[in-house]
Amino acid sequence: MYDSGKIITGLVIFIGIVTLPLWYNIGKAQVKPEPSLDTPVIQQMKVKHCIESKQFMIDKHMELLNEWRDAVVRNNQTIYMSTSGQYFTMSLEDTCFHCHSNEKKFCDQCHSYVNIKPYCWECHVKPGEEIANGH
Amino acid sequence: MDIDKRQFLKIMGISGALWLGSRLAGGLSSIFGIGDKLDKKALADAGLEISKTLPSVNALKAKQWAMAIDLRKFKTQEDYQRCIKVCDKIHNIPDIPTKQEIKWIWEEPYDAAFPEQHNEYIENQLKDKPVLILCNQCEFPPCVRVCPTGATFKRKDGIVMMDYHRCIGCRYCMAACPYGSRSFNFQDPRPFIKKIDPDYPTRTKGVVEKCDFCAERLDQGQMPACVEVSNGAIIFGDLKDPNSDIRKVLSENFSIRRKPELGTQPNVFYII
Repeated sequence: MYDSGKIITGLVIFIGIVTLPLWYNIGKAQVKPEPSLDTPVIQQMKVKHCIESKQFMIDKHMELLNEWRDAVVRNNQTIYMSTSGQYFTMSLEDTCFHCHSNEKKFCDQCHSYVNIKPYCWECHVKPGEEIANGH
Repeated sequence: MDIDKRQFLKIMGISGALWLGSRLAGGLSSIFGIGDKLDKKALADAGLEISKTLPSVNALKAKQWAMAIDLRKFKTQEDYQRCIKVCDKIHNIPDIPTKQEIKWIWEEPYDAAFPEQHNEYIENQLKDKPVLILCNQCEFPPCVRVCPTGATFKRKDGIVMMDYHRCIGCRYCMAACPYGSRSFNFQDPRPFIKKIDPDYPTRTKGVVEKCDFCAERLDQGQMPACVEVSNGAIIFGDLKDPNSDIRKVLSENFSIRRKPELGTQPNVFYII
């Protein structure tokens, strides 16, 4: 093989660059996300149950919120009737955050883990933020 | 297996016909409801079979919301500021003291609000009178016609609404609006909000905003905030209902609208 030294060196450098993300993250084990349900409101609930089943909320909360936003903003609807027949006001601030008032320990846990950055918070006010930003 | 050209073409033809037939049958079955079972199952799997969204029983309903501002009842600066302040507060409107300001409801001098009505010798009482200005919620809104994403649209009750989720910040609507009712967020508005009301979202950099007749309050059964604090100086109601308060006020008083000659049919009336 002609120029084997140059080719092999080049290949090593190439593979090194391609696998850089792996080297970069080595030793930085990601902590398994554990969304916390420890908020005052949830603690006081006798039956700890979200508006739909836990698995549904884990799998489909994004689709549910998307449905809610179109219903509220575009179709004048404000009430959600859940599968179990209960009524809820469709509001991130008034309904979701009423119980899940710990955005950092709840929402961000999984969102950071899978590296998605929902931009809800650019407009919707995180629980507790109104005090932090007030001046 | 040896196949000649003729056999090959036959096989291709038959299999093609079978494929097309199955596609057509699939299409027909969904038309005749045979495929419904599958869809329902998919919905049930998603947990969405029984759940649904509905309007609040308290929601105020109308065919066309409209507002009459009785300028005779606006006497002191306090009368104007009360309406402006409450709107700024509950809608998290930032206070930006430059040309990048955000306005939902504000004051203009009479000659700026009604340029075609004005003349040099107009009665003193009107000459320097401030006028309360807000989005006119036009019956034929030019902003809605030009919006490329459907971010601004007309609700069934006539309110010209903003869906900030869909706004891409092109500002066509601002160019189209003949009343200057729309403001653009050139920057993140949050640092300019004195106290953020957690019940209402702020806006973000790059979206256009305006008054929406307090649609969120109407949907919960409340009157618009400025109407509520105006001590009867602002009348609000259904323009298409002949027995409504606003129809009564309009039939008994002389009223004008801003730039009616443009044909947008504004739904904010001024009693002067």
